[in-house]
Amino acid sequence: MKVGVLYSRVRVEEKWLFEALDKRGVAYDKLDDREVKFTLTEPGAWLQYDVILERSISYGRGLYACKVLNAWGIPTVNTASVADTCGDKLWTSAALHKAGIPQPRLKVAFTPESAIEAMEELGYPVVLKPVIGSWGRLVSKINDRDAAEAVLEHRESLGNYQQNIFYIQQYIRKPGRDIRAFVVGDQTITAIYRSSAHWITNTARGGKGSVCPVTPELDAICRKAAQAVGGGVLAIDVLEDPDEGLMVLEVNHTMEFHTTVPTTGVDIPGMIIDYTLDVGRHKDQFRQVYHPVPHEFGDEPDPA
Amino acid sequence: MPAVCPECEAALSLKDVIQGEIVVCPDCGVDLEVTEVQPELQLALAPQEAEDWGE
Repeated sequence: MKVGVLYSRVRVEEKWLFEALDKRGVAYDKLDDREVKFTLTEPGAWLQYDVILERSISYGRGLYACKVLNAWGIPTVNTASVADTCGDKLWTSAALHKAGIPQPRLKVAFTPESAIEAMEELGYPVVLKPVIGSWGRLVSKINDRDAAEAVLEHRESLGNYQQNIFYIQQYIRKPGRDIRAFVVGDQTITAIYRSSAHWITNTARGGKGSVCPVTPELDAICRKAAQAVGGGVLAIDVLEDPDEGLMVLEVNHTMEFHTTVPTTGVDIPGMIIDYTLDVGRHKDQFRQVYHPVPHEFGDEPDPA
Repeated sequence: MPAVCPECEAALSLKDVIQGEIVVCPDCGVDLEVTEVQPELQLALAPQEAEDWGE
């Protein structure tokens, strides 16, 4: 068994993953995404890997590396298809909708004028997010039309076309916290509450972690969300709506766990490595050549 | 292992670090990347957060 770990920075998560590989006596290479190169027609030395664990901090590098690797038939954790779905909030929402999983109401618009109409149809406050992005970057809670006009004007000036895909979500009046749950394979292995006085509760933005019990209800919605995006090693962000109950906000495919491990005592890196090794052991069954839409969307149309 | 912060020239003492690891300078707070461990510890300013960074 030979494992590759693709990474951008050695954070505490990567150190723990390397330690878990060492502990299991597995042969592995550390693959810095700033240095890797692919010759599409010549997989060559890449074929030595039974599986590659993708831990790039850069969404683009991780996604495109997995596309190449999956095209060669080399399994990755997670797959390019999962990264494609989870990395794009709109695509995640579509997958959750397809699977019938509760989520905040969502509208999408492409111009500031139509975005304001969409926001007023939803009713303020709303949350405007970039379709691609993480750690709460450029996520805006918009309380009224004045704020909407200001934020949309700023978005337009950012230059990146993706900033003009307006992903507008209903604001959920959550109880000062959200839930980050971890799914590995078909198991919800642990969860934490992320609490903050600020409406953004990401631990990257100062949210504090505490143990959250994995109730049957939480377990069910998280496993369903993981399956909806294609399955693997995933972190599910869940909101507690006072009226409608649990809702899935997003699904993360290269999650951090430096808060969750000391908070819960659960060996997340060990479980990720065990799952990765299992994927590598079954690499002959890996047939998932990168496909631009998740499998759930790829059903053949009914013959009319 | 001794090292010097390339930003503020503070003298750092680091142990059990590996190549690629990110450490924070205790004096100036900048993120530093361990670029070499052998034969001597080398530090460089860590890459700045990019638009597609995250989890």
